[in-house]
Amino acid sequence: MTDKAVEPQLMCAKCNKPLVLGKVKASYLGNSFDVDLPHCPDCGFVYVSEALASGKMLQVEQALEDK
Amino acid sequence: MDGQQVRDWEARCIEEQPPACNATCPVHVDARGMIEHMAKGDFEAAFALFARVIPFPAIISRICDHPCESACRRNDAGGAIRIHELEKVCVSCGYEALPFKPQRSRDKKKIAIVGAGLSGLTAAMDLALKGHEVTLYEAQAWVLDRLTRYDRIVLPESVIAADLARLDASSIDLRLGAPLTNNGSGPELSDLIDNYDAIFLGIGPEPLPGIDGQLATTADGRIAIDALTFATSHPKVFAGGSQRYGAGYSPITSVHDGRYAAQSIDRLFQGASLTASRENQGSQTTRLYVNTARHAPAPPVMPRDPVRGYAHDEGIAEAQRCFPCHCLECVKVCPYLEHYGSYPKRYIREIYNNETIVMGQRKSNRMIDSCTLCGLCAEVCPEDLGMGEVCLSARQGMVEKGRMPVSHHDFALRDLAFSRSAAFTLARHQPGFHGSALLFFPGCQLSASSPDHVARIYDHLCERVDGGVGLMLGCCGAPAHWAARDDLFGQTRDEFRAEWERLGRPPVVTACSSCYRMFADHQPEVKIESLWSLLERVGLPGNANEGASVPTTLAIHDPCTTRHETDIQQSVRRLAASRGITLNELDGAGNTTCCGFGGLVQFANREVADKIVDRRIGQDDADYLTYCAMCRDNFARRGKRAVHFLDLVFGGEDPAARRDPGFSARQENRGRLKRSLLRDVWGEKVNEPTQDIELTVSAEVQADLEKKLILEDDIRQTLRHAESTGEKLVDAASGRFVACHRPVAITYWVEYTIEDGRYVVHRAYSHRMEVRRAS
Repeated sequence: MTDKAVEPQLMCAKCNKPLVLGKVKASYLGNSFDVDLPHCPDCGFVYVSEALASGKMLQVEQALEDK
Repeated sequence: MDGQQVRDWEARCIEEQPPACNATCPVHVDARGMIEHMAKGDFEAAFALFARVIPFPAIISRICDHPCESACRRNDAGGAIRIHELEKVCVSCGYEALPFKPQRSRDKKKIAIVGAGLSGLTAAMDLALKGHEVTLYEAQAWVLDRLTRYDRIVLPESVIAADLARLDASSIDLRLGAPLTNNGSGPELSDLIDNYDAIFLGIGPEPLPGIDGQLATTADGRIAIDALTFATSHPKVFAGGSQRYGAGYSPITSVHDGRYAAQSIDRLFQGASLTASRENQGSQTTRLYVNTARHAPAPPVMPRDPVRGYAHDEGIAEAQRCFPCHCLECVKVCPYLEHYGSYPKRYIREIYNNETIVMGQRKSNRMIDSCTLCGLCAEVCPEDLGMGEVCLSARQGMVEKGRMPVSHHDFALRDLAFSRSAAFTLARHQPGFHGSALLFFPGCQLSASSPDHVARIYDHLCERVDGGVGLMLGCCGAPAHWAARDDLFGQTRDEFRAEWERLGRPPVVTACSSCYRMFADHQPEVKIESLWSLLERVGLPGNANEGASVPTTLAIHDPCTTRHETDIQQSVRRLAASRGITLNELDGAGNTTCCGFGGLVQFANREVADKIVDRRIGQDDADYLTYCAMCRDNFARRGKRAVHFLDLVFGGEDPAARRDPGFSARQENRGRLKRSLLRDVWGEKVNEPTQDIELTVSAEVQADLEKKLILEDDIRQTLRHAESTGEKLVDAASGRFVACHRPVAITYWVEYTIEDGRYVVHRAYSHRMEVRRAS
């Protein structure tokens, strides 16, 4: 898939580039999956919002901990 | 967990024992269940429960001799529930019993029943329902002859007729006017034995002429019948009813005899043991504990029409008088046990299943980690069953198998690591001494909460105790023990032990009751005393309490780890009295509760921890007095005014209003305590560390960080990383920076601005999952 620009207000301060949405690798306790998250197209700094961290991501973490 | 141990625990939870009404009833009618339905107005559901057990509900509802009522526990609080009257009004609503639907029997047997009384009819109906071919011989030209002797007001013919409709619908071959004879004029027992696979004799109380010689008899000439199996001396012949129990007609006992004789006959056909597993047959006592003192006395509802009995509304009112009987003593006192909606027997099974599951989610992990291990459940349990023991054992299993969710205890264990680090630990003799008469161990939480009080009480002890008072800062290992991390617990104990031996094995004085517990339970060689007993011996600081504004009446909360330490509890009470404080008792020291910190529940399940604190702080309007720093701070965290005993001693302006310092300040306070003691007591030159990153954190953000278990130190590390590498985001609209750092296993995010050289933290959050751009 092609990376497209997202959340135009968030810029990578180091590369001075807007973040783009694209595939990143999320991993926990030896399990990993590909997810689409905003990141810097140059340095690869991946952004995780608080809503994601305390929502879906937390659910998955807990499910994996209980597996 | 050992399977046998699990079964032993389960057997000690008595909540599933039947209520007294049900246990006492010879056929175990679920009277409690019926009455619960009736209390809600659902008489139809109540009837269904009744008719499931009782083959002739209309008749029995009128004439049952209701032994249940004499066992009813409401007797202790206003008078037994009128169960019989409730059954009557329930049945009088005219609901239909289940249709007669016999099972399909692959091995249909022929059974002769002699006597169409309640025992014979019950046996006939039960066996016909099993799919057998039943022939019923009755001497009279009608069934239930004995019931015709009842007053028609008590037992109208219409009531009998209503029940007999079901008999008519059955496949039973009814032979009326066919008495058992011994002269060939009617069926003879020997013919029945020849022609049928089994026989039940329900022939009333009188001896059967000529039976002698065919069946063994009792001294008064009746058939000798086994009270458990209803067997006679002939293997095919069973008997019961008033032939067995004699004079004094008991309709429900006749139903009982017919029911269980039919079960024996069925067992005979299956070649099964007649005697095995019949312990719960018939009228029983129950182990179910019911605390009737909890219930205000209330007299039975009197029917407006005593002859007719209860009207519908009166039935509901009487049913609502039923408690109903449950034990649940532990569940009533523990918000944790209440939170999960069940009771220990089921929890234990869930916990065992959780441990032994091979595939799938371990759904009880969090439940296991939500017990405070405080011991109150065992205290109130009639069988001394403690869920703490169960949960700690389960936690050990989880840790051993690598199944303990890392997020549950990670924060607390990192806090433990801090308390074991050089930033806090210290072990010294009193300056000027080469030995210690006593070793003061203030513990990590008092040091975290009130470092000044630790320094001042140490100074006081040094003044009052001859021979020198050593000081040891460190952790007793309680968090490791609660997390079932035996490895960490062992290391912490070893560290303590090495220092304690270096100092000459002095008796240890603890300020914290959890430390006291850990030493008492796990370091038997260490002679241990509580600070409160010691202070009672050596006296409180003389000029103390100046300027302290503490109310003269306080409610005392004993830390759960002192539950059985009566001496310590009494010392604290006497010390408080010496300060002119009047104490309100909550539930008494032996029944004290956890403050929500025990067992690390606060970290594994904040919701449950808060419920526990909130219930405790709601018990008395007075400010609370406790002698555990963690209890005090947890009460303060949830908005309760509370003082630690040393607040009474060293006071200050309104100490009960002191806020919970929070996790960041707790660690800072420990470090600062060590540095200040080294400077002030041992005269060492120790500099306070300089802070390269100065934070500005609003109270609101700080409270949010507390909940999320994010330390200011985590934030500083994150900002240091972002500022040194330039790796950060900027929000073009707000101008805020977003920094991210993953020191070990947690990724921290901080949203911040830089104002006048200070870092203003707008929010922070974290996650454990690692994210990287796919390569």
